Amino acid sequence: MPDRSGAAAAPDATDRRIINALQGDFPLVTEPYRQVADGLGLSEAELLQRIDAMLERKVLTRFGPMFQIERAGGAFVLAAMKVPEADFDRVAAQVNAFPEVAHNYRRDHALNMWFVLATATPEGIAAAVAAIEAATGLPVFPFPKEREYFVEMKLHA
Amino acid sequence: MPDAVKTGLDALDRRLIVATQGGLPRVSRPFDAIGKELGIGGDEVIVRLQHMLDTGVIRRIGAVPNHYAIGYTANGMSVWDVDDARIDELGALVGALGFVTHCYRRPRRLPDWPYNLFAMVHSQTRDEVAARVAEIAFLLGDACRAHDILYSTAILKKTGLRISG
Repeated sequence: MPDRSGAAAAPDATDRRIINALQGDFPLVTEPYRQVADGLGLSEAELLQRIDAMLERKVLTRFGPMFQIERAGGAFVLAAMKVPEADFDRVAAQVNAFPEVAHNYRRDHALNMWFVLATATPEGIAAAVAAIEAATGLPVFPFPKEREYFVEMKLHA
Repeated sequence: MPDAVKTGLDALDRRLIVATQGGLPRVSRPFDAIGKELGIGGDEVIVRLQHMLDTGVIRRIGAVPNHYAIGYTANGMSVWDVDDARIDELGALVGALGFVTHCYRRPRRLPDWPYNLFAMVHSQTRDEVAARVAEIAFLLGDACRAHDILYSTAILKKTGLRISG
């Protein structure tokens, strides 16, 4: 399947070292980039420039804190829809327009659109589901997590 | 938020979440920059972020790579119909596998969706994903009645959390 999200943006060896160094434990100090740069043998300016460039090229989707909004009283819920192929682009645009939709993936299954809803309160999920159903005219199937077994980003660049 | 007391978040923490959910500023002193926006010192920003890390409100602070751009072009959501009596025991084993990045128990949606265990497998190729899924199948044995792999074929959106203040 075509990669629509950054085929021309391959990170070089230094970029990969930066990505791996920034997987966690970003130092909470006044000048954190300088500390990370020192560890990598780079200048702070080069590190900042490369992070910016990777964000720009979409090698990185973001850089910052990853919140578990449930711990702050909010909610994250995975949801799926069966979207008719002919309507896919229209529905994707409608779904993506909701700020509550944090990620959205196309998948090869009858349930072909899978997205994550993030809301500031648990009640916000039901409201977002209802609003998406109203906007698209299609049912939304929420798959709330009942239990988390282990979650960690372990991808090595 | 209703149960903010559990994590001791106050209104300023909430503003800090809103100010940083889009990412950290790429400047020499990012916490000072955030503090300036919120009318507090950079030191207080650091203390509050550390507290949110300690309480799990922040899972980690770092870079989120685009899987595709770093070569993980095969992203398979493996889904499993596992015996309810054994799912927690087996889910813990599946979640501990090095190549499983997320593993959750979720409700079935019968009759369309019989699967109650979701394990995300990222790899360089679909063949590799399939091999890893076969490993999971072996681990689950006869406690698993059916499974499927849903490959992602496009990222439609990936902005992360966006709550309003």
